[in-house]
Amino acid sequence: MKQDISKLLQKKKKNIIEDWMNMQLADAGLREDLMSNDELREQSAELIDALLKAITEQNLDDFNSASFNTVYEILSGISISRARQGFSPRETGVFVFSLKDAILQTLIIELKNDQETLIEALVAMNKLLDNLGIVTFETFIKGREEVILRQTDEITEISTPVIRVWDGILALPIIGTLDSARTQVVMENLLQNVVDTGSTITILDISGVPTVDSLVAQHIIKTVAATRLMGAECIISGIRPEIAQTVVHLGIDLSNIVTKATLASALKYAFALLKLDVKRIQKEK
Amino acid sequence: MDRIPILRMGNFLLVTIQIDLYDRLAINLETDLVNMVNKTQAKGVLIDISALSIVDSFMGRILGNIGNMARIMDAETVVVGMQPAVAITLVELGLELKGVHTALNVVKGMELLRNKIKDLDTGEEEEEEIATNEDSTE
Repeated sequence: MKQDISKLLQKKKKNIIEDWMNMQLADAGLREDLMSNDELREQSAELIDALLKAITEQNLDDFNSASFNTVYEILSGISISRARQGFSPRETGVFVFSLKDAILQTLIIELKNDQETLIEALVAMNKLLDNLGIVTFETFIKGREEVILRQTDEITEISTPVIRVWDGILALPIIGTLDSARTQVVMENLLQNVVDTGSTITILDISGVPTVDSLVAQHIIKTVAATRLMGAECIISGIRPEIAQTVVHLGIDLSNIVTKATLASALKYAFALLKLDVKRIQKEK
Repeated sequence: MDRIPILRMGNFLLVTIQIDLYDRLAINLETDLVNMVNKTQAKGVLIDISALSIVDSFMGRILGNIGNMARIMDAETVVVGMQPAVAITLVELGLELKGVHTALNVVKGMELLRNKIKDLDTGEEEEEEIATNEDSTE
């Protein structure tokens, strides 16, 4: 007579948890600094509870069925929180795949007299747990990606400060690579500041831009054109020798744009445009 | 039919666009403005678009056209008060308004126009002086 696998697993739940915990604790990659053993046990118990509740004889082959949704949810939650805590993929992988080992081991012991059911159960459980593994990694990577996206946003936020260096002169040091999205932010920021401060001259300092390819140059030219449309002059400063080389080799025409080697010389040029004069004070003796 | 008023201020023509331009209105403005330049012999045209929040390629082209037309009729054009969003849109559309000058606001626009016209005047005078000098050396 065929045994009901789900009932069997329910019955052996305690064994499975113990096996699983032992396997996890035996793994060399265990991170006690990130998560205490009690916490780990709690997580494991929660997952097994949900998993065993979800498994019935009917849905064992069909892991897309709705009854597994809670399991996926719990697993996703664990996986995302692990990604944020800084667990490595391997450590997260061990968490799920050691559960597989634990369950399979229990099945082998319990069903050793019934080869046919054993094979069937092994195949089904293998499939199910592999699927859980896939879900884990999907959410793990998603969690990581969220972290990366948040950091990217923060970088764009902090890396486009518009500095008012003089009355009527704005400076914008660009640090890092310019892509379309960043150019958009830089441009909007700069133009808004031009309106707010009524500045007539803006200096775009690109000494912090590692490489200038034709796309980046295109973005710079666009920014300059937009500033010009607003009625302000835009000076590019911080052209390093390597940048000058690549720009000329790529055949990019920057002749319509005022370019200066350093921010200082750009500022000097701006002073000249505004008819300002900077002088050293001569002390009268 | 709606019309955009064109004000005359000494040598200059002043246009303030207070509403969003639709195509017909823009074409009318172009015609009216060129006629006015001809009639008043204006030396400068100042177009204030600070209230314009939406611009399309047609509008951008009309602005550029006005600038080029005024130039061949010996008048300089200054567009003032462009919104950042409008500037970005025009650049993305590839319209850089090569024929017109730009300024941040009306005050700076007027200043720019005055300087341009002064430059032109002094430039002509210098040429005349050179011509007279040449005459005298002969």
